[in-house]
Amino acid sequence: MSDESKADVRQYVRNAYEQLGLPRLIIIIFLLSLFAVAVIMRMDLAILVKDSITRIGMNGILVLAMLPTLACGVGLNFGLPVGVIAGLVGAVTSMNWGLKGFAGFAAAMAIAIPLAVIAGYLYAMLLERVQGQEMMVGTYVGFSLVSGMCMFWLLAPYRNPAMIFALGGKGLRTTITLDRTFGKVLNDFLGFSILDVYIPTGLLLFMGVFYVAIALFFKSKAGLAMRTVGSNPMYARSSGINVQGMRTLGVILSTVLAAIGILVYSQSYGFVQLYTAPLTAAFPAVASVLIGGASLRKATIGHALLGTVLFHTLLTIALPVTQTVLQGADISEIARMIMSNGMIIYALTRAERR
Amino acid sequence: MGNGNVLELKGITKSFFGTTVLKDVNLSMNPGEIHALVGENGAGKSTLMNILFGMQVIFDTGGFDGQIVVGGQAVTIDSPRKAMELGIGMVHQEFMLIPGFTVSENIKLNREPTVRNVASRLFGPKLETLNEPLMQSDSKAALGKLAVSIDEMALVGTMPVGHMQFVEIAREIDKKNVRLLVFDEPTAVLTESEASLLLAAMKRLSSEGIAILFITHRLDEVMEVADNITILRDGEIVSRMPRSEAKLDRIAQLMVGRKIERPVLPPRKSEPSEKDVVLKVDNLKVDMPGERVRGLNLTVRRGEILGIGGLAGHGKVGIANGVIGMYPASGRVAKDGVQIPVNDPKRALLSGMAFVSEDRRGVGLLLDESIEMNIILTAMQVQGKFLKPGVLPNLRLEDRAAVREHALEVIRDLDIRCTGPAQLVRRLSGGNQQKVCLGRAFTMEPEVLWVSEPTRGIDVGAKQLVLDLLVKFNREHGMTIVMTSSELGELRKICDRIAIVYRGQIAGVLPPDASDVDFGLMMAGKSATLEEVS
Repeated sequence: MSDESKADVRQYVRNAYEQLGLPRLIIIIFLLSLFAVAVIMRMDLAILVKDSITRIGMNGILVLAMLPTLACGVGLNFGLPVGVIAGLVGAVTSMNWGLKGFAGFAAAMAIAIPLAVIAGYLYAMLLERVQGQEMMVGTYVGFSLVSGMCMFWLLAPYRNPAMIFALGGKGLRTTITLDRTFGKVLNDFLGFSILDVYIPTGLLLFMGVFYVAIALFFKSKAGLAMRTVGSNPMYARSSGINVQGMRTLGVILSTVLAAIGILVYSQSYGFVQLYTAPLTAAFPAVASVLIGGASLRKATIGHALLGTVLFHTLLTIALPVTQTVLQGADISEIARMIMSNGMIIYALTRAERR
Repeated sequence: MGNGNVLELKGITKSFFGTTVLKDVNLSMNPGEIHALVGENGAGKSTLMNILFGMQVIFDTGGFDGQIVVGGQAVTIDSPRKAMELGIGMVHQEFMLIPGFTVSENIKLNREPTVRNVASRLFGPKLETLNEPLMQSDSKAALGKLAVSIDEMALVGTMPVGHMQFVEIAREIDKKNVRLLVFDEPTAVLTESEASLLLAAMKRLSSEGIAILFITHRLDEVMEVADNITILRDGEIVSRMPRSEAKLDRIAQLMVGRKIERPVLPPRKSEPSEKDVVLKVDNLKVDMPGERVRGLNLTVRRGEILGIGGLAGHGKVGIANGVIGMYPASGRVAKDGVQIPVNDPKRALLSGMAFVSEDRRGVGLLLDESIEMNIILTAMQVQGKFLKPGVLPNLRLEDRAAVREHALEVIRDLDIRCTGPAQLVRRLSGGNQQKVCLGRAFTMEPEVLWVSEPTRGIDVGAKQLVLDLLVKFNREHGMTIVMTSSELGELRKICDRIAIVYRGQIAGVLPPDASDVDFGLMMAGKSATLEEVS
């Protein structure tokens, strides 16, 4: 090998490293070592891979929901539960009507999206009044809305016996199965197995469509305007961009993606979880996008995708592997907490102040 | 002047990164003397004050040459605290007061008289009780010296601006050893009646033996109170005179005066005329902090380069910002007879105007985006250029090829030194960043271009390039240019007419070859011609 091509290779490696960044390199190495342990312990790799892929597909759109708010300068959308609840209302309403399969899923989306637009608009109005503290306020908006909605779940006039508490005959159950409605409709669509690994084609396609759509959006006039508002509102104003309008649009888009995201998540999981379940919905999504390399200043589709893959593969693999290694000691939940919350702290403290 | 000098500055010389901003400045002051220091923006007044108060910025940039003598002894002032100990006080242009504290708390801040109590005996002097009656009587006495009636128990936040200024002064004179007070543009934020009260207070202080260094560009105030006048220009003392020998127009001339070589500019096909007005501004009021515009009228002729000059704080920068809609404004702006709404940047830009902001890094650029994105974004958002065809106008995609082609063209035409159109703007030098800002505006192909402080903070060579570019676009494309600048010299180089702004209004419009006296007087609010008429 000549000196020149050696230098080229070195340059290429250095560029690749800079692109990736140290935290991601560490996580990838950790991930690979977990796989190595799994092989050594003779665990069923096919199941691990299958679970990882499914979890990536389940969570991809929820993570994607972080991008619009990051782009328009509102920051990480800790108020993700706003959209999640819109999605859940869509899901239970569709179930109440007894719609099955794709029809049920489509109906849930058709109800959830307008609700998310309205909720997102109101949420954006609120955030506009607390500029500079959107993330803090968003967190508590999420918390209070989830708690407030507990009353709704209990009192709402849903009558489908499959959904309400068996005793008393009033109020929705905390966990409702989707077996007889739209559970796994996406996962099973065009699904196939390869080397014992089941590929949920429909789920991945659905996620892919949204990633491509959002990527294109950020290359469009409106998307560029949104990014401009995020990176310098004064420049945006001097370019005739409606700054408040773009921030509002970013929050609405994020809320709508959250609503769609939770529907995708639920159908894959097979259950709808109500009451306090959405309380922490934002945190895995926030951690994912940050692990992917996004910061308050810059966030791309690539960050969301890489973050989803890394974070959720890690969670899927870490759980059974640690359990096998430590023989039954269940530290996986704790490890998950440390990882996701630690990542949030790391990324937020590192973020440059505007 | 004998040994009784309060302060003597000997041969002060200071340069920043090779640019000399102060050259061999000497100054001495007697007790009770009011000494006025006048000069244009950038004459070196604030650098001199930074040296006198031992500000960190001076030492960070390599210190200074020369000597400071206080009360007959050579001293080293290496911190504002040291200056305070030596009895030198400063009345700031921007108030350093805590709004939620009372007047007396502000006056005594960090110098509170205290009495011992149980806790302080146990845990140390930090826990001593404030001696509030003493604080109040001291404050009252200090305010009394100024002959103003301000309630020492009032909250500072609820007081008019003029009163805050007096609280600042009271705080300085309450310091027991104060010998010299520096007033930095104290009347800039005051109404006229407040200003005259302040001048009276200054006279009272000087009669008590406190020397006052009065920094200002209001010449009528200088004539009213100063004993001696020193004129600073480009870092050098150009003249010093007692007031008895001073004349307003002479000071004005000395302040501004420098030989302007007006280069021969390329000719136009037809010269701009009063009959062909492109833009008319009526009763414009702009609420821009520090640069308020208060009911201004302006007429711009098609094809001209109109200069807007004036001293800092008088609102010249506010004009362009108000017309484009960056700050809340009211009034009428009409282009070619068609009214353009204010407070709506999009409509202003669509009407064929473009804007290069004085705040290059804050407003003019997306520092973490590429050169090409910075250049095209405004034209894309406003005019829909550089977009691929599509059904929904807002969802049309960026036309990468057209963007790249245009960016390369701008980089070549404006001679932007960079590694390529994808380079981040943050990594460019100030001059090249400014060219990107100009490129952004030129991409709009405007009929009227508003340029604010185009040469601020860029090096000398780049300054000339920027001015040349403006002339080139004016001559070759017939672009009307309204250029706002603090540097009168550059306005006189390229402008056809120069409007001088004073207190938020146009004081007058002068030809670029008008005399230094006219410019100086007009900037100081004294129009020689106006006075003759009235």
